[in-house]
Amino acid sequence: MPVISYIDAVTQALQEEMKRDSRVFVLGEDVGVRGGVFRATAGLYEEFGPERVLDTPLTESAIVGVSIGAAAYGKRPVAEIQFADFIMPAVNQIVSEAAKIRYRSNGDWTCPLVIRAPYGGGVHGALYHSQSVEKMFNGVPGLKIVMPSTPYDVKGLLKAAIRDEDPVLFFEHKRCYRLIKGEVPVEDYTLPIGKADVKREGDDVTVISYGLTLHFALQAAEMLEKEGISVHVLDLRTILPLDKEAIIEAAAKTGKVLIVHEDNLTGGVGGEVAALIAQEAFFELDAPVQRLCGPDVPAMPYSPTMEKEFMLNPEKIANAIRELAEF
Amino acid sequence: MSELNHRELGLTDEQVLEMYRYMLLARKIDERMWLLNRAGKIPFVISCQGQEAIQVGAAFALDRNKDWLCPYYRDLGMVLVFGQTAKDQMLSAFAKAGDPNSGGRQMPGHYGDKRYRILTGSSPVTTQVLHAVGIAYAGRLDGADHVVLTSCGEGSSNQGDWHEACNFAGVHKLPVIFMVENNKYAISVPLAKQVAGGEVWKRAQGYGFPGVKVDGNNPLAVYQAVKEAVERGRKGEGPTLIEAVSYRLVPHSSDDDDRSYRTREEVEEEKKKDSILVFRNYLAEHGILTEESEQELTKSIAKEVDEATEYAEKAAYPDPKDTYKHVYA
Repeated sequence: MPVISYIDAVTQALQEEMKRDSRVFVLGEDVGVRGGVFRATAGLYEEFGPERVLDTPLTESAIVGVSIGAAAYGKRPVAEIQFADFIMPAVNQIVSEAAKIRYRSNGDWTCPLVIRAPYGGGVHGALYHSQSVEKMFNGVPGLKIVMPSTPYDVKGLLKAAIRDEDPVLFFEHKRCYRLIKGEVPVEDYTLPIGKADVKREGDDVTVISYGLTLHFALQAAEMLEKEGISVHVLDLRTILPLDKEAIIEAAAKTGKVLIVHEDNLTGGVGGEVAALIAQEAFFELDAPVQRLCGPDVPAMPYSPTMEKEFMLNPEKIANAIRELAEF
Repeated sequence: MSELNHRELGLTDEQVLEMYRYMLLARKIDERMWLLNRAGKIPFVISCQGQEAIQVGAAFALDRNKDWLCPYYRDLGMVLVFGQTAKDQMLSAFAKAGDPNSGGRQMPGHYGDKRYRILTGSSPVTTQVLHAVGIAYAGRLDGADHVVLTSCGEGSSNQGDWHEACNFAGVHKLPVIFMVENNKYAISVPLAKQVAGGEVWKRAQGYGFPGVKVDGNNPLAVYQAVKEAVERGRKGEGPTLIEAVSYRLVPHSSDDDDRSYRTREEVEEEKKKDSILVFRNYLAEHGILTEESEQELTKSIAKEVDEATEYAEKAAYPDPKDTYKHVYA
């Protein structure tokens, strides 16, 4: 199997879906001639032309609103929001419109739309190029939120998102784009939205995570193995809807759970996962559920010292796992 | 009414009579809804009263077999012309399962009907204006020649989405007709406090496409303006902005009391220009509407509204368990 980068998996999924289905088109700021500021749409303009690889005006609400109209009409738009931080002007279109179109029309209309957005820090992006925005949308019924961590998951889940009949927010950790590489099959495949994946089997402590911090957790698990601590790692992959069965099973496996995400602690996905475990797997637990998350400060600062303080890393996660293991 | 003559616009006597019938039907449905609301039978009404000429005039200039609507909550006249019925409106007013817009989920006036290419709408204003641009763009990808008419009030035309939509459609020369139904009030706030410069249509110049202002109490003037916009759109010449000026004859909604912000004298003065009255006189003057045919028309509409009301009142509510239908995440 060829080894490709996380961002190449995005590009491949887009290219193959556009080739497979003439209804698919991409739109966003700088996605055309430039191929995207991260180059996620590189080569698509040359292959599919300016109409299916549309450079839009600098208007996030329009990118999403126009996509909604096209999706309702019968197209399969894939909208790119250049940085997840800039999705805020489009929240009304996403939450009031895309998420509610099937429901409010009693199934008469659908909105098969994918919104891709690079998120996350560790790239010297400061306050407005580093945010994790998932908790803004988590808990909005009518949205699916996919947050893959590996190239294999990116490609299979992005294809699934494009083929989905309903709106999907597809958040790509921008630090993963060129950092994370992995094997991806050449043949066409999709992965089910709403299914978590065990990325490492272990017996002592369960770590539940997604995105970049999933890789940090795997590195921490590697370090701790030498100390005799066996870590089980569950990758949520989709945070809405949550794979409840997989979460309960992973919690029960070790009885000690650490939830890790880069998004802020308060209101983050971790709270929901912890509540689910408390409700459904209380008697399987040997320790209180722990959360290790981005701090509750307004955003990630620019200065490297403060950025490092905000970001999680394998050491911070290893420390949290050790504490749980010793409980 | 101005000197516009329907025959010069290519409209037959039958067609203008049909226009009047739709205007009157919209008005009578609306009036019935207020009665039902005041009788405690339906929770809410949002009105088309005063804007029927805009809605019916515009819809008649479109192709009802291929063009699209992204309307707003007052466009009762428009959706009737496109195919919805009095019964549909009453099912919606009573929030019954058979409501074609939403199966009783949405408030009245939140139109949406795939049968007639009326896109489902919401309450936050002008979100639908961007959807219209998306439908127009999708049509271009398909090589289709439909146009999309989207409407909103003059207050709503201040929203960012409205600007983004005009700009996007202007850049890509898309066949969108931006209809602003200027009824002079956004709930209680008058035009002067809503629109800088007082004229929405002039904004079109900045977007690089034509803007026109028409008398929204004259369905023929609206028809003419929309007809021209449709032709431009189909020829690939891009969008048109139309500001149709009329007046909201009733409070914003059944929960509003307009006596707190406008005088009765003002409302009475505007009622003299009510399009239903003015167009009726035009048809009478041209011998298209006689005393006899008018009586017949009024009677048949009353019967239609009565039957629709009775049907909808007796119709089944949605099953409570339908709350969980169409849920996927």
